[in-house]
Amino acid sequence: MSVLTPWERVAIARNPQRPGTEDYIAGLFADFFQQRGDRLQGDDPAIVGGIALYHGLPVTVIGHRKGHSLEERVACRFGMPNPEGYRKAQRLMLQAEKFRRPVITFIDTPGAYPGMEAEARGQGEAIASCLKIMSGLTVPAVAVVIGEGGSGGALALGVANTVLMLENAVYSVLSPEGFAAILWKDAARAEEASGVMKLTAQDLVSLGVADAVLPEPEGGAHNDPAAVLQTVDKALYQALSTLLRQSGTALRNQRYQKFRAMGSWPAKGANQ
Amino acid sequence: MTNLFAKRREELLALKALRDRQSHPSLGVSQAAPCPACGQPADQRELAKALYVCPNCGYHHPVGAYYRLRTILDPSSFRELDEDIGGLDPLHFPGYGEKAQAAEGKTGLKDAAVTCTGRIHGIRVAVGVLDSRFLMGSMGTAVGEKITRLIEHANKDKLPLILFSASGGARMQEGIVSLMQMAKTSAAMEQFSRNGGLSISVLTHPTTGGVTASFASLGDITLAEPGALIGFAGPRVIEQTIGQSLPEGFQRSEFQQEHGFVDAVVPRGALRDTLVQLLQLHRRGGKLA
Ligand SMILES: [Zn+2]
Repeated sequence: MSVLTPWERVAIARNPQRPGTEDYIAGLFADFFQQRGDRLQGDDPAIVGGIALYHGLPVTVIGHRKGHSLEERVACRFGMPNPEGYRKAQRLMLQAEKFRRPVITFIDTPGAYPGMEAEARGQGEAIASCLKIMSGLTVPAVAVVIGEGGSGGALALGVANTVLMLENAVYSVLSPEGFAAILWKDAARAEEASGVMKLTAQDLVSLGVADAVLPEPEGGAHNDPAAVLQTVDKALYQALSTLLRQSGTALRNQRYQKFRAMGSWPAKGANQ
Repeated sequence: MTNLFAKRREELLALKALRDRQSHPSLGVSQAAPCPACGQPADQRELAKALYVCPNCGYHHPVGAYYRLRTILDPSSFRELDEDIGGLDPLHFPGYGEKAQAAEGKTGLKDAAVTCTGRIHGIRVAVGVLDSRFLMGSMGTAVGEKITRLIEHANKDKLPLILFSASGGARMQEGIVSLMQMAKTSAAMEQFSRNGGLSISVLTHPTTGGVTASFASLGDITLAEPGALIGFAGPRVIEQTIGQSLPEGFQRSEFQQEHGFVDAVVPRGALRDTLVQLLQLHRRGGKLA
């Protein structure tokens, strides 16, 4: 693995040419049937999801979508979902539970969209309910952080049994810009913020938030998407195979204990 | 013996509640401070009698956690849980320790949450209260851990759970670990709810960010104090995003009720009675008279 600064990784994670959820769906799954809409308000293109076969096994796949072309990126609000996106994700997770399908999520968002309509339609409630539903699943759930994992809008798809992270993906409480603006009243100090936030894949594994770092080609995933697909496939296959051997209750308990241990008291381990 | 202990506990809570009032910026002991909403000077004794609601305009002054508990719990029923839990510093963030210490000195709180068991109209309950005086009531590991333990306690002892929120969101200084407290508390709420537990969420000014997007939005019943700011994104972030200013009343309790996210906006003076009503309505079994 190459040695890059956290800020360099932030730039790679945000590269518009970086493979996104659609690319992983196209590359790793067969017979994808896209499910649209939350059955309440509308469909949000910033979250894509549906049913597909993963190595022959029916699974539910859900991920943030940023889009590649400018037109797509604008339609997806640069990967920032509205409540409809999160409610679609809830609907799909509940169906996965009903039909006993594993849930695979791809995380890639700067955060939930901070718009007027999003607030009027309950952005906070939509994310909270995602967290609740995902934590209660009795089917395996694997999350892969493929790009930006920004704030609660990312975590909404992240309450998984196994959390994998690409080498140049980042995952944080807020964007470095937002972090610097809040704590130092200066968004321009984002690079400095990225240095103290512990947002790299390696940091997250040390903190016990992510389970494994998936290596990327030199310079980032966009330089060799085929190689990254292969890496993700291998890790996903291994994680799912292990989880599929456990009972539903055991899966839910393991997920509960995993998040329960984060920041528990008294402090455990050298990193806290 | 028991009575003596109960009396001591009550005295301690009373002292802490008094300290709450005195250390709140808008609740100074100096008489006739003007109301931040209407500018009308209020007599301090009158204000205290009105539970710190402006007699002139109804503005609900923020109140501390112990004071809040005094207003809703039966006398002598308060038993604090996990008092010793403080925050972790997973980022070793420069200046965080000092800042937390200063907040502790100012408020007497170890962090932004107080949790306890107690009784309301004789009914045993588990109650958690966030205190906005401690680093804006933000949720880091201490708040996440205390709220999770409280929910687990309520789950184990089959107690109704009441959570008062007042928070600026996730505790930035604790980084990603504070974000994970959203998952931790929500998972505890999921388990509690699946086992049939009753949860009442009371949203007070302000409830935003990661607290809104986790346990505060997951109650069976959601109440809000009048005029409280309740949302995920803060008003300034929204204004920056959309490039215009927000209309009057946007994201306030009444707006949230109108948009379907709050069952009832309840003034502070009626809150205890409303809780009693809800607790009684959730009694199981019984028969037609
Ligand atoms: Zn007033």
